[in-house]
Amino acid sequence: MSAPYIGQSIPRANAKRLLQGRGAYTDDLRVARLAHVVFFRSPHAHARIVKLDLANARAMPGVIAAIDGATLEQYCKPWVAVLGHLKGIKSATQHAMAIDCACWQGEAVAAIVAQTRAQAEDALEAVEAEWKPLPAVTDMEASLAGAPIIHPEFSDNICFTREFATENVDEAFAKADLVVEETYDFGRHTGVTLEGRAILADYNAAEHTLTVHQSTQAPHMMQDIFSRHLDIPEGNVRVIAKDVGGSFGIKVHVYADEMATAALAVMLKRPVKFMADRMESFLSDIHAREHKIKLRLACTKAGEILAFDLDDLTGIGPYSVYPRTSGIEGNQVVNLTGGPYKHQQYRAKLNVVFTNKNVTCQYRAVGHPIAVAITEAIIDLAANKLGMDPAEFRRRNLVPDDAYPHTSASGMKMEKLSHHQCLDKLLKLMNYDALRAEQSELRKRGVYRGIGLAAMIEVTNPSPAFYGVGGARISSQDGATLRLEPTGMVTCLVSVTEQGQGTEAIFAQIAADAVGVSVDRVRVITGDTGITPYGGGTWASRGAGIGGEAVLQSGKVLRSNILDVAGAILQSSREMLDLRDNNVIDVRTGDVKMSLTELGRVAYFRPDTLPMDFQSELMVTRHYTPRGYGFAFTNGIQASLVEVDIDTGFVKLLKHWCVEDCGTVINPQLVDEQIRGGIVQGIGGAMTEHCLYSDDGQLLNGTMADYLVPMAGEMPDMIVAHVVTPTKTSELGAKGAGEAGTAGAPGAVMNAINDALLPFNARVTAQPFTPERVLRALGKV
Amino acid sequence: METTHTIVETTLTINGESVTRRIPVRQNLVDFLREEMGLTGTHIGCEHGVCGACTVRVDGKIVRGCLMLAVQAEGRHVETIEGLSDSGELADLQDAFHKRNALQCGFCTPGMLLTVQDLATRNPHATREQIREHISGNYCRCTGYQAIVDAVETVLVARQNKS
Repeated sequence: MSAPYIGQSIPRANAKRLLQGRGAYTDDLRVARLAHVVFFRSPHAHARIVKLDLANARAMPGVIAAIDGATLEQYCKPWVAVLGHLKGIKSATQHAMAIDCACWQGEAVAAIVAQTRAQAEDALEAVEAEWKPLPAVTDMEASLAGAPIIHPEFSDNICFTREFATENVDEAFAKADLVVEETYDFGRHTGVTLEGRAILADYNAAEHTLTVHQSTQAPHMMQDIFSRHLDIPEGNVRVIAKDVGGSFGIKVHVYADEMATAALAVMLKRPVKFMADRMESFLSDIHAREHKIKLRLACTKAGEILAFDLDDLTGIGPYSVYPRTSGIEGNQVVNLTGGPYKHQQYRAKLNVVFTNKNVTCQYRAVGHPIAVAITEAIIDLAANKLGMDPAEFRRRNLVPDDAYPHTSASGMKMEKLSHHQCLDKLLKLMNYDALRAEQSELRKRGVYRGIGLAAMIEVTNPSPAFYGVGGARISSQDGATLRLEPTGMVTCLVSVTEQGQGTEAIFAQIAADAVGVSVDRVRVITGDTGITPYGGGTWASRGAGIGGEAVLQSGKVLRSNILDVAGAILQSSREMLDLRDNNVIDVRTGDVKMSLTELGRVAYFRPDTLPMDFQSELMVTRHYTPRGYGFAFTNGIQASLVEVDIDTGFVKLLKHWCVEDCGTVINPQLVDEQIRGGIVQGIGGAMTEHCLYSDDGQLLNGTMADYLVPMAGEMPDMIVAHVVTPTKTSELGAKGAGEAGTAGAPGAVMNAINDALLPFNARVTAQPFTPERVLRALGKV
Repeated sequence: METTHTIVETTLTINGESVTRRIPVRQNLVDFLREEMGLTGTHIGCEHGVCGACTVRVDGKIVRGCLMLAVQAEGRHVETIEGLSDSGELADLQDAFHKRNALQCGFCTPGMLLTVQDLATRNPHATREQIREHISGNYCRCTGYQAIVDAVETVLVARQNKS
């Protein structure tokens, strides 16, 4: 393996420890005097606490403390999750533990801290609680209608509303040859990180310092939160995220029980650990995607889309989630619906309402799976009505590749996308015409296959316009520090974190190329506010594009500084020198002048041999903030091939394709695997994953046996290909890829199923597409 | 009277090492391995026998560490990812997983490796479909499974060519 490393599929160095079971997930750490906390959670969706008696629990063996919400409030300030740029958004005050009233089944109301977790769980059973159940609002439409009100301080259940319209929407619909309308339902699902949420907070009373080991995507954001809510100076708070067992957006939010754990560590002056078990995860990890959407599309006979009209209702649970808010998902649906297409008329209405279910917030691809699915579903419906091939319909409407920069009807500014190149590549890759011919043949034999397409745009590399402008203390900037070690190795400290995407691997590749060392000489360290530069962490497909650019710029300066040292040692003009393969070389001849190991030795241990006025600087920090565009939009298109058993309603996923343009591809294999993993998560939401609630707000399927995540046996092989349009906003040119698979897969699968059902004039529009729903669409049950 | 708090002295072999400990009868094997033995490579994903993250090998058979009590391991040979890594038994699988990026967060990986090694032993000629079927009791939330199937297929072919 030799340079340049950018563009090569180099295996991740940090995967080796995980393969041997030698990782360091939060629950793997061993700490002296550790106490374990478990939570007593509300069994009701909405209930007043009449009595909460912890005396018996406190007397159980091994119990260190049993604490209620009012006591804990003295150690942890409550919060309200709103953002300034989501005009009018409101939410109720949320405490680390509920004080008078629980608003969803699973909300923590008391904490038991014991010497072992088993003892804490034993003591839970000794908690005596009396509840006065209150009416639970579980239906979004009932919530919107306003009765009953969940938070008495408000006059309605509305968290956030947004209306958007271009000038001539009604005219567009009036002059349309065809108007199609359909209503889509999306069931709640959740991330199901295989490692549950985990936090180990260690308070040192002598120093007034808090060290938090946490399974999180955003260590600096959490540092700020712990500092402000526990009243500890920011510099005294250190957040460390070593190995993280899956995140997908689940671990980028502030969870009340995790805040409670940190507050308990302060209160008890000792380390306290909380490890969510699987049942708790289903009840308290953020859910996502509960939407009901009415969508209309206006087009001409020739298949030209004129306008979209969207009405989205989403239920987010009783609180907007801190600090990113629960208004973003719906806002993204408004921003992204119709996004790949060139129509300029668009109207949207969004209502985000409170309910007495678990909270929802940003989960992988935030809003995209919904916006893509509804856009692509209604496009297929329109194409069917016009008797036009769905691929051809898209070709007529996708924004032309030479029409950039382009502003979408919703006002999104896009630098340069490649929809048509992607479409062409996809159709060739999947052999579209042959598949259509095969489909038609098989139909004659009673085999019902469907082909579904889903074009997409995707928000990546967000600028401060995403959160910062709204007042959230969330960094959209990231930094990289590169240091040449005396042996010629390069240590690279980056504020972006790693949860298995391969962030550290690609930073090593970029650093190696930027500095001029071999990739095995680079060691990357992330996930520790005590040692890395300040930055946002990992979310919104930002790691490679933002963190990668910071590494590149830092590496270029380090290379230059190394050459200054080389010039001083060799008494040569630095312009005559360069770095290649761990050596200083003569640029004219390519001859090796000295090794980096030798340079490091002199620079660190014999600087006395260098000129009096020369000081080497072999540690460099650079930051990068995306500017110019609100987001570095990417694009792509997916296709799904399915076979529907019309007698059982079972859908077999036969194959899946994705052509995606994330700009510069730093490590092709890692990008492809991000996309594949994302596709399967999207398929999970479309096919099986669903947090089912009873009318009174009880989660009905909160176990892994009942909540179905994709298994290997049901998943298809996935073909992934790329078009490469680097962003010109950075030197690296990388855009994000981590969410693309999840963004497009549900829409592609939905269209494939409906394509298979076409001969029966049946359609499914409610995700997940269970066998029952397919049979209902067919009129068989 | 015996209760869930009863403690029983238990002797078992873990990764070739004989261990005697006083174990509460209600403690799961995976909790014992992690908490008492510090063998944290075996992970806890669901604690109800579905996800496969806690897969270990007992007397040559793969079991869910969350569904077996530690005291049930009396007199048995328990093998974990740490032991099987050090012995080199999984080396070719680990190498193939590494090269093919058949893991992302790595949380499912130890359990997954034990499960595919079990398949490789029992059905060395397994097809892709059989591989998918065999690992369907081990959830992976990151990879979408294809890279895992690819890596296992590569190793099965290589082992056949070797033998």
